[in-house]
Amino acid sequence: MAASSRAQVLDLYRAMLRESKRFSSYNYRTYAVRRIRDAFRENKNVKDPVEIQTLVNKAKRDLEVIRRQVAEQGTAARRKTGNSSWSLGKPCTHWP
Amino acid sequence: HRILTYYTVNLLKLNFNANPIGVDDVKNEKQKKKISRFYLDSQATTMIDPRVFDKMIPYMTYVYGNSHSRNHFFGWESENAVEEARENIIRLINGKNNKEIIFTSGATESNNLAIIGICTYYNNINKNKNHIITSQIEHKCILQSCRYLQTKGFEVTYLKPNQKGIIELEDIKKNIKPNTILASFIFVNNEIGVIQDIKNIGKMCKENQILFHTDASQAIGKVPIDVQEMNIDLMSISAHKIYGPKGIGALFIKRKKPNIRLNAMMHGGGQERGMRSGTLPTHLIVGLGEAIQLCSREMERDNKKLIFFFNYVKQYLSKNLDYIIFNGCQINRYHGNLNISFLFVEGESLLMSLNDIALSSGSACTSNTLEPSYVLRSIGVSEDIAHTSIRIGFNRFTTFFEVQKLCVDLVNSVKRLRSISPLYEMELEKNNSSSDTLQFVWT
Repeated sequence: MAASSRAQVLDLYRAMLRESKRFSSYNYRTYAVRRIRDAFRENKNVKDPVEIQTLVNKAKRDLEVIRRQVAEQGTAARRKTGNSSWSLGKPCTHWP
Repeated sequence: HRILTYYTVNLLKLNFNANPIGVDDVKNEKQKKKISRFYLDSQATTMIDPRVFDKMIPYMTYVYGNSHSRNHFFGWESENAVEEARENIIRLINGKNNKEIIFTSGATESNNLAIIGICTYYNNINKNKNHIITSQIEHKCILQSCRYLQTKGFEVTYLKPNQKGIIELEDIKKNIKPNTILASFIFVNNEIGVIQDIKNIGKMCKENQILFHTDASQAIGKVPIDVQEMNIDLMSISAHKIYGPKGIGALFIKRKKPNIRLNAMMHGGGQERGMRSGTLPTHLIVGLGEAIQLCSREMERDNKKLIFFFNYVKQYLSKNLDYIIFNGCQINRYHGNLNISFLFVEGESLLMSLNDIALSSGSACTSNTLEPSYVLRSIGVSEDIAHTSIRIGFNRFTTFFEVQKLCVDLVNSVKRLRSISPLYEMELEKNNSSSDTLQFVWT
């Protein structure tokens, strides 16, 4: 399998940050953004293609986790407020 | 906007390593106003990590087999998940065998099982063995378990800690008797955050051939634990203190010769080697296992941030307020816990005035009473000062903005409450004059 290119890694980084900013909970949102930045910066000097691909695969799995949890929190927020017009992207002031 | 972003990104690149807490996303006053509630009572419980919850979801929906069903795939799937969680816990604490972990409903059940189960078993074999050593600053469940055993004829020694909250090794050594079965000391105290000298206590217990139990519910995943090096025979674990789900915990029982045996308190199908019967809640166990695995990866990073917050709050409050006392040893401690006494201000009143910040004036288990904390009283804090204390708990998800807001609000609230406090006024008058003042007695 060809190693991921720099552009692909940056796309993944941006996608993860974008998804993380959709968390309705302030604490989850800030933690996710911080953690993603830390993780990508810690590994920015990795040169081994196999290790890079392992890290990219893990990041893709984590991106799916973030997407699922953002969706779940949005559903929970709608259940709590009873307001079906909430969009998933808006931060919810009612959710701690 | 692009220029600002460019400079911000470059500043981050320059200062990243100098700032262990990273970046907050709260950029302006409008955003700050939207955030209405802050949780800083992490010793009571913690929010579940989204990664833990994500791992649990399949086991709450389409993976629903009973892990004890040995005849079909549904049971095998659940069993594999449970064994993986056991493996995660054993790996973190350097245990030797997965069978050393017994899952329970939480640290309270684990503590009860360890103390009552062990002592009643060994007392049945040898009636002379009926002594337990513990401390006055243990969690309520341990103290109540010991009190229960006292009603059954056991002898319990409750050791008093020193002023820093540390149990002296000499005191333990003096109180070990030939009829001692078990010594139980909390690893990280839930109220004052002090870490006991578990390694030397374990060594002393091993030399005297008594079993050593520790309540590690506040310690696991936060401070390094090695059950082999520390000679820990029994250890209680709780999931909801480490970003896991509520309602699940574990008891570590070391496999050694001779085997450690105990009387079960839950009887039934013989699950968990007969020590704790009942169908295992696979989804909760998976949550515990994942929480433990995350803690093992993130412990160092989290602790770096917590130390920064701890020192920041201490320095800020020391600079802006007088008559404050930081309770407990400030060196041998877990830095996610800060217990402060603000003299001349009642702790409950202070909590009410900080109505958008969740704090505690004592342990959650005793927070429905207005008695001062027994832990603070044990370390020699007087009753009037114990009434003025609050406990702050930082966690993995705490942000620098929350800590700053806490500091500012605390200082403002304390100053406002002191301005209407007759005790503070009298203290100021006492400092200005040489006359004696009335002594107030808390009822």
